[in-house]
Amino acid sequence: MWVDAFFFYLFAAITLTGAVLTITRRNAVHSAMSLILSLIGVAGLFLLQRAELLFAVQIVLYVGGIMVLFLFVIMLVNLDQAARMRQFSRQWWLALACVLAILAEIVYVLGRGSRVFQFAPPAPPAQGGNVEQVADVLFKQYLVPFELASILLLAAIVGSVIMARKRV
Amino acid sequence: MLYPITATHYLVLGAAMLAIGTIGVLARRNIVVILMAIELILNAVNINLIAFSRHLGQVHGQVFAIFVITVAVAEAAVGLGILIALFRNRETVQADEINLLKW
Amino acid sequence: MNFLELIWLIPLFPLAGAVLMLLIGRRLDPQGPSDVAVAPGVAPEGTPAAPAHHASHHGRRSRALISLLCPGTVLISLIFSIGAVAQLASLPERTWQVIKFTWVAGLPFFTQSGAPARFTADWGFLLDPLSSVMILVVTLVGFIIHVYSVGYMGHEGGYYRFFGYMNLFVFFMLMLVLANNYVLMFVGWEGVGLCSYLLIGFYFHKKSAADAGKKAFVVNRIGDAGFILGMLLMFSVFGSVRFLDVNAALSSGRFAAETTGFGVLSAMALLLFLGATGKSAQFPLYVWLPDAMEGPTPVSALIHAATMVTAGVYMVARSHHLFRLTPEASAVVLAIGAFTAILSASIALVQNDIKRVLAYSTVSQLGYMFMACGVGAYWVAIFHLYTHAFFKALLFLGSGSVIHALGGEQDMRRMGGLKDKIPITYWTMVVGALAISGIPGFAGFFSKDEILWQIYSSPQGSRVIYAVALLTAGMTAFYMWRLIFMTFHGAPRIDAHTLAHVHESPRVMTVPLVALAAGSVLAGWIGVPKLWSFLPDSFRLFEHWLAPAVSAAAHVHVAEHAHEAATEWLLMAISVAVALAGIAVARHLYVTRPERAAALRQAAGPLYTVLANKWYVDEIYDFLFVNGLGKGGGSALARFDSRIVDGGVNGAGWITRLTSALSIWWDTWIVDGAVRLTAFLVKAASFPVRLLHTGSVQAYALVIVLGATVVFAWYLMR
Repeated sequence: MWVDAFFFYLFAAITLTGAVLTITRRNAVHSAMSLILSLIGVAGLFLLQRAELLFAVQIVLYVGGIMVLFLFVIMLVNLDQAARMRQFSRQWWLALACVLAILAEIVYVLGRGSRVFQFAPPAPPAQGGNVEQVADVLFKQYLVPFELASILLLAAIVGSVIMARKRV
Repeated sequence: MLYPITATHYLVLGAAMLAIGTIGVLARRNIVVILMAIELILNAVNINLIAFSRHLGQVHGQVFAIFVITVAVAEAAVGLGILIALFRNRETVQADEINLLKW
Repeated sequence: MNFLELIWLIPLFPLAGAVLMLLIGRRLDPQGPSDVAVAPGVAPEGTPAAPAHHASHHGRRSRALISLLCPGTVLISLIFSIGAVAQLASLPERTWQVIKFTWVAGLPFFTQSGAPARFTADWGFLLDPLSSVMILVVTLVGFIIHVYSVGYMGHEGGYYRFFGYMNLFVFFMLMLVLANNYVLMFVGWEGVGLCSYLLIGFYFHKKSAADAGKKAFVVNRIGDAGFILGMLLMFSVFGSVRFLDVNAALSSGRFAAETTGFGVLSAMALLLFLGATGKSAQFPLYVWLPDAMEGPTPVSALIHAATMVTAGVYMVARSHHLFRLTPEASAVVLAIGAFTAILSASIALVQNDIKRVLAYSTVSQLGYMFMACGVGAYWVAIFHLYTHAFFKALLFLGSGSVIHALGGEQDMRRMGGLKDKIPITYWTMVVGALAISGIPGFAGFFSKDEILWQIYSSPQGSRVIYAVALLTAGMTAFYMWRLIFMTFHGAPRIDAHTLAHVHESPRVMTVPLVALAAGSVLAGWIGVPKLWSFLPDSFRLFEHWLAPAVSAAAHVHVAEHAHEAATEWLLMAISVAVALAGIAVARHLYVTRPERAAALRQAAGPLYTVLANKWYVDEIYDFLFVNGLGKGGGSALARFDSRIVDGGVNGAGWITRLTSALSIWWDTWIVDGAVRLTAFLVKAASFPVRLLHTGSVQAYALVIVLGATVVFAWYLMR
């Protein structure tokens, strides 16, 4: 069990570090790199929770797809000048206050309800692995949302192509 | 409290990620960074979902997380497209310089 | 033919004549009105010769039609009247009522005594002895005067208009006397007033004629107000105005005689008498009659001698039940009649216009008739009315003949010595003068003498009034014979040119004079006094005929006892003596010793002036009413008009401006203000919200997060 805790804290640290760095770096590429780090940390957390498919999806899609896209866009958009300017908006203190308030509220809720969030004894691994289970639920129960999601992705593709097109 | 690890730990982690992501959205001027912070928030949600999936012994949380990732992908793609179009028109990626809808 | 059923036709014949004149008269006689009454019977000077010649030649043929038609209608009415009266005589109860239809529909109301009644008036006709006398007088004398007018108005312009009005007058007069209720009688009353106005102002181009017409109508109107009030009072007391109904109610004994003081019945009687005063020219409303002589002489004869002015007497006789129950009112009638008689006789003494003398004489004789009514001797009043119609019409027509002969001269000081030149006129006028003076054998004697006897002997009469009446009789004889002597006797005071043209009137004028003269002699013989018991009772036909209509009980005092018979003989002798004395004095002053007249005039001095100026009554009226009401009223009305009426209009305008100013204020500040307030509120409310529109998406996101925080916190608190 202590292995569990050890890895949890490890991945949690990686995730948080990456997150904090993401939002504080001046250089956009540094921010992107930090985000990748954070995402990898999240993937690790997924693995800890026996969500193997998601671990893989996270790495492949999120890191390999989205972050690459981000990096391309960063290179497309010349951010050198932006790096020299002020980074934080003028409302940062108010934002900080609000977020801290939210955080406090959430932690308070969690604290109050911590009894509820005990992990149940781990369920016996069902027939097949995690992937089969997810596929089973995904393609049976959530087939319609699955198809809708594909349409959403189509819209996103078309939209992003149009948005990024050079005006004729 | 620190040990054994319970769902609460994951939830607190998710909350922290949410907070960090929100600050990033609200406080940073660079639009790219804002978009990245949004990804952080989405990941926080995913963490919560997986935690509950494990806690309840179901896979529905994971399925939901897949969908969240899908949506995050779509949104990032479109958002970056908009960013590129915006940069072409305004020559800037600072959020508070794009304020034509001011009163 | 049942003439009784057809009595409603009697007024309609002359109405037909009048309507025809109205519609086609102008085409029949295109000659326009005479500018001035230059000389009746003589063509007016102003008309150019040639067209007049042509027009008169053409017109003469059409005039013949008018001359036949209009008198003809009156003749037909006369025939119908004679027939109806003859048939009435054969009825046991000599009353015949024909109601054609209800003319005024009823409005229900409550009389003074609380009984329900309806305000109705019928188009109904009543033939009883009283109205039968009246219709015979009106149609006979009317017919004679129409015939005379054919000659008198022969050369006048407006020939068709004259006859139209005359026919219209006869229609209204017949309506008046044949009506079976006061309302219809009032229609005739007003109608004859209208025709009087139209005929007095016949020469309307002359200002004095137009003014005289106006005066007649206005003074008449004052009397009519009294008539209407009396009639309405009658309605409210009896609930009906039909003669038979009212008389039945009065004689039923429900109403006590008002022997002391004035009650409702006295008020009614006096109001009706006020109407009679206006119509029959008694004091104080007599002033219109002398001025009415501006009209053509036949008009004066018919309207202002024989018929219209007698309408008042007729009305009082018709209301005799009422007057019998109100001795105080009857006393007033008597007093006014006496006062008027002597007043106008005194004025007639010194008048120089031949027609004026006759006018004042008419007023005086009407006073006699009212004196008779005042003592309750109604049949005597009607008798005098009937005889007076003959001799007064005769005198007027005769004077017209004189004026015609002299080519328009009316002033007696420029007449004289005409008796051989116009003998028929002279002798007929002598007959008339004898009649009016009360010489025995002639008509006027019987009627006037009976009046004097009734005044003396009736319990309602008085010796003082008798003395006044006797004195007036003497004055009557005097001024009438003064007229005769000045006009016909002595040396002519006429200028040579006129004298050369003096000619007797044509036959169409002299035959009526003769007819009326015959009437003046014979008419009185149906009313001889009971004193003359040597004459059979058929000579007292008039009284017996009228008795059921005007005698309620044996109120008429008859000389029954021997010593009263002696008194009556004595009084008769005295009145004859007084008349003869008057004639003698007149003869002395104007024939034998004319210079004494001038000397007397000098001696009388101021008295003469006062009499010659008619006691200044016209001047007093002018000052009090015409100027006072006219100018004062006029200026008061002008002030009323400019201050109150115009002020009202201006005020309305001011109010409009005020309200519009208020409206403007309201609109600008309240209505527009509300609109502007709304806009202002929106702006004010939106101002802080506007601040949120930074245009910065991050700011919006911040707000969202802020909101989420608050909501989350709130849920936590609950």
